[in-house]
Amino acid sequence: MLAAGLALALLAGVMIGPFPMAPGQILRVLAGQGGEAQAATVLWNIRLPRVLAAALVGAALAGAGAAYQTVFRNPLVSPDILGVSAGAGFGAVLGILLGLPVLAIQALGFGMGLAVVALVLGLTLALRAGGQVLALVLCGIAIGALAGAGVSLVKLLADPDDQLPAITFWLMGSLAGIKRIDVALALPAILAGLLPLLLLRWRIGHLALPEDEARSLGVDTGRLRLLVILAATLVTAAAVSISGVIGWVGLMVPHMARLVTGPRFDRLLPATLLLGAGFLVLVDTAARSVALTEVPLGILTAVIGAPVFLALLLRRARGWAE
Amino acid sequence: MKHLIPAALKAAALLVLAALPAAAFDGPTQTVTDATGRSVEIPADPARVFAAGPPAATLLYALKPQAMLGWVRAPKQADLPYLLPLTQALPELGRLTGKGDTLNLEVLLAARPDLIVDYGTVNATYRDLAERVQDQAQLPYVLIDGSLDAMPASIRAMAGVLGVAERGEALAAYAEDSFAKADALLATVPAAQRPKVYLARGPEGLETAGRGSINAEIIERMGAVNVAQSEGKGLLTVSAEQVQAWAPDVIITIDRDFAASVGNMPEWQGIPAVAQGRVYLAPSRPFGFIDSPPSVNRLIGLKWLAQKLYPAQAKGDLAAEVAGFYALFYGVTLDDAAVSALLGD
Repeated sequence: MLAAGLALALLAGVMIGPFPMAPGQILRVLAGQGGEAQAATVLWNIRLPRVLAAALVGAALAGAGAAYQTVFRNPLVSPDILGVSAGAGFGAVLGILLGLPVLAIQALGFGMGLAVVALVLGLTLALRAGGQVLALVLCGIAIGALAGAGVSLVKLLADPDDQLPAITFWLMGSLAGIKRIDVALALPAILAGLLPLLLLRWRIGHLALPEDEARSLGVDTGRLRLLVILAATLVTAAAVSISGVIGWVGLMVPHMARLVTGPRFDRLLPATLLLGAGFLVLVDTAARSVALTEVPLGILTAVIGAPVFLALLLRRARGWAE
Repeated sequence: MKHLIPAALKAAALLVLAALPAAAFDGPTQTVTDATGRSVEIPADPARVFAAGPPAATLLYALKPQAMLGWVRAPKQADLPYLLPLTQALPELGRLTGKGDTLNLEVLLAARPDLIVDYGTVNATYRDLAERVQDQAQLPYVLIDGSLDAMPASIRAMAGVLGVAERGEALAAYAEDSFAKADALLATVPAAQRPKVYLARGPEGLETAGRGSINAEIIERMGAVNVAQSEGKGLLTVSAEQVQAWAPDVIITIDRDFAASVGNMPEWQGIPAVAQGRVYLAPSRPFGFIDSPPSVNRLIGLKWLAQKLYPAQAKGDLAAEVAGFYALFYGVTLDDAAVSALLGD
């Protein structure tokens, strides 16, 4: 059912957009049966990469959110808990400030997101609190706040006519500038992170159990937790580096998926991936269709996400509580 | 006891009055009414003037560069050949108005200004800001209307404030003449021949400014149709697909990287402006032709736009116009090589 929903969302994403094209024309171009050159440019270079990127980013953020929530045994966790979004944001705005080419900006965002989480993990190890959830979260908050301060500093130093708007737009998240090369570069990193999560999803589910129970099932909790954190971080950093900061997807979509599948991670993860992909494709289709100019994705996901999240809370989503 | 309280109040009032500097200028003063209707007493010939934002700094530079205390943002290395030597090394003091003050009032006072001028939006926020700074720093603060249509009057007003009425008259006459020439040109171009224009900003060209935005104002003033519509006045992002749908005849950009790479970006192919090679990079030194800042620098931008938008109808030698404008407004003499470097042909 979810897969069919995703297919419908993808279809809607490909069909709907500001450049006027008849459905028949779109199908002809997709089938390689000629059609207008202009329509081919729009479809192959703009719309398809964008729909694909929306699906990838949505799946990545939602999947990482589900993984983090399970590892931290906390339903309020989102993928930026360890500062990966803040770090990636700082790297990207630094790239904008330095006037780097777009790919270098994305690379800097990706690298800085990973570096922040590496720093957090290193710090917790140095505190001899390796693997302890509370120490991780606190270090994540502290380093994330530092990265946030870095973003503010960059905004202050940026050229207000030129760089500041670019920084603001980047921090609100958008897929408006997505090109084929962006998708091609982010895809391997996202797959490399999602694959271990998918393959180990039964074992990862045990991490939601109390520590001693999980151990008695033969799970090396410390190492597995580290692996999940690394994989989810890789996925988030890759997604954020091409899309900018998009909140709420990683927090909300796993909750929606739990309503369908229940809390077991091995069932939750595939559902979350499909739902996240479909959700972001639809939201992004709205982002480029509701007005003549782009509505930043971060705004749309918050406007949709906050009420849905509250509704889930009010219904006391039985998904999480045992 | 009954008499004590009024007496104490009177003493306190006297103390407060004594603490207020009674218009602490040595020389002659004049009283001006600024664009917000505030009456401000200022020195007749202010020698040290602080400009609150980039538009005011550009206007101050054009009218009375010797009175400048500093820049809001220091000019870049590449801007220096187009600026008077006496202003090249002035410090960067930060901005006082707009989004985020970067100026410390103590730094401002340490520069010992006679006067603060601002040139831009006139509304309750800026009026209040002028009042507050004037109260806090005890410096006269004059706000001049920065809208494009009011430019000749605003140049005269600012010149009056700065005590350079004659120079102001010369620049204001130039502004009036520029607007008149633009209108005369537009009268010869029927509506059907006016191009659709997209203003591309940012390295991807996907930031733009909509109709009514100060950042794109002169495109509409020059009779073209800005394809981007929006409710807000700020900058917006769009997608390449939206630009494809708009199919602009001309793309004006202020981004060097975008201008260089648009020809190779597959998602921009097929747009009439790209197909016909009508993507133009607006010159930016020392001040932009389109905006950045939205000040008197846009007068030469109007003439540049006229040549780019209406190549068949626009007459005149752009290089000579540019050299004349830079001599009159910026006080620099450009040779042919400097003009072509500036225009990028």
